[in-house]
Amino acid sequence: MIRITVTSVFVDDQRKALDFYTDVLGFVVKNDIPLGGDDRWLTVVSPAAPDGVELLLEPSGHPAVGPYKAALVEDGIPATSFGVDDVQAEFERLTALGVRFVQPPTDMGPVIVAVLDDTCGNLIQLAQMTA
Amino acid sequence: MTREGLVNRQPLTGKWLLAYTGRMAADVFKAIADATRRAILDELQERDGQSLFELCTRLTMRHGLGSTRQAVSQHLEVLEEAGLVTVRREGRYKFHHLDTGPLRQIATRWPVPDEGESP
Repeated sequence: MIRITVTSVFVDDQRKALDFYTDVLGFVVKNDIPLGGDDRWLTVVSPAAPDGVELLLEPSGHPAVGPYKAALVEDGIPATSFGVDDVQAEFERLTALGVRFVQPPTDMGPVIVAVLDDTCGNLIQLAQMTA
Repeated sequence: MTREGLVNRQPLTGKWLLAYTGRMAADVFKAIADATRRAILDELQERDGQSLFELCTRLTMRHGLGSTRQAVSQHLEVLEEAGLVTVRREGRYKFHHLDTGPLRQIATRWPVPDEGESP
């Protein structure tokens, strides 16, 4: 059986990303292993699923990463999507913390979505399944 | 002559509008002749200032329009040429805004009587 154990987003700055993904979004650190140089194998998990899928906050050092991220952000395309119970509540909580949303909660039928800026070069979608 | 040139020379009213903005009007009519483009305008009317991604999602989820991102991009270009959509760059983001101004020429050309007013 194959399973998804790690998925990743490229972050401009791992230190800054750690603060945003833990202090602001609410994830917790799972692994933080130095890789040489300033790079770390830095993963976070949801407190609701500490043994669930890990999100790797991956360094953006490769020259292809910058243009890739810039092109996605320009067209508003999220790097990944996280599930929440209540998009509106998260929108209000995160906005109060200074998070910039490029798309407020929007009812798309079976799902309500919103898109925020992770301050590390990515847009992130929050999704609440309603169906 | 550019649209700006016209505006500077003479107010766009009456026969001036008809005689000199024919191409502009044609662009507007062409732009709104397509159902997908009208849906784009509807969605921008509901929430102004959307990314390409948000527009694509709305067209797919709310209108059942499975247009590719490239197709939606091309529709937006047509709307932009007609002056019905403007693009605003803000930092790394790009947002699309609705401008219904060009539609005014339709009511100027074919005025609609007020309700209750007999012809």
